[in-house]
Amino acid sequence: MTPTSSTRILRTLPRENAFYFFTSAGNYTGQRAMSLEEFVTKIREISTESLEFHFYRGDFEKWAAEVLEDSELTRRIKAVKLLEPVGNNLRDQLDFTVSKRLEELKSAE
Amino acid sequence: MKRKNEAVSLDSLDWKILKALQENSKQTYSEVGRQLGVAHSTVYDRIRKMEENGVIKKWTVDIDHEKIGINYVTARMTVYTDPKETENVAKKLSEAKQVLEVSMSLSEELLIIAKVIARNQEELHSFIAKKVAPLQGVLRIRTSIVTKKIKEERILVEKK
Repeated sequence: MTPTSSTRILRTLPRENAFYFFTSAGNYTGQRAMSLEEFVTKIREISTESLEFHFYRGDFEKWAAEVLEDSELTRRIKAVKLLEPVGNNLRDQLDFTVSKRLEELKSAE
Repeated sequence: MKRKNEAVSLDSLDWKILKALQENSKQTYSEVGRQLGVAHSTVYDRIRKMEENGVIKKWTVDIDHEKIGINYVTARMTVYTDPKETENVAKKLSEAKQVLEVSMSLSEELLIIAKVIARNQEELHSFIAKKVAPLQGVLRIRTSIVTKKIKEERILVEKK
């Protein structure tokens, strides 16, 4: 991990590339994350209904891959699926996984 | 010169022609004239005048999509906005081909209500997530997917 790639993954995104949290198709909560750091904060606050909606559609891993361009985070989010977590267990698993990756990226900067 | 939004004055024959056309716009000028007891050239002139002054906005066709195997997902989308941005959001929505109607409502909050269509639920969600939620001033969105349409008619205007 080079400092340049960490900085790129940790950047603040333009509005159109932010992650928008929905609870079901077409129902936007009004919460969004414009960076990986903000994504961690939102994971702790957003409803479990929204987390489950996005997690099982593969939206989180897609955002990590296509927007953040972090293949390692993508791989780790996909791995959480094997545990089939729901509710607050899903929140805890995501928080643990994404926070850990955030720390690694920050220390590599 | 007629100002924008100024009401156009119609006489009783214009109203009768409009009523006949709303019931069946495929009728010929002669058929309409025969019903109303006037010459087809009179019907032609009146219709042309109503087209020119914008009373008749367009001639279209009402297609039953299900009959030809196109099953669109239709949804009513309510967009809650920052009041300062409502006009801009409504304008942006109006430009999208997926959006068929856009209205503003001032009930308890200032809302935009839009009729949206898409080929399927995933395409509908993708449009709202990628094109609507990121618009400046959008606070939250509620969407109801139409599962069964009971009645759909256009308003028939008649002289009061």
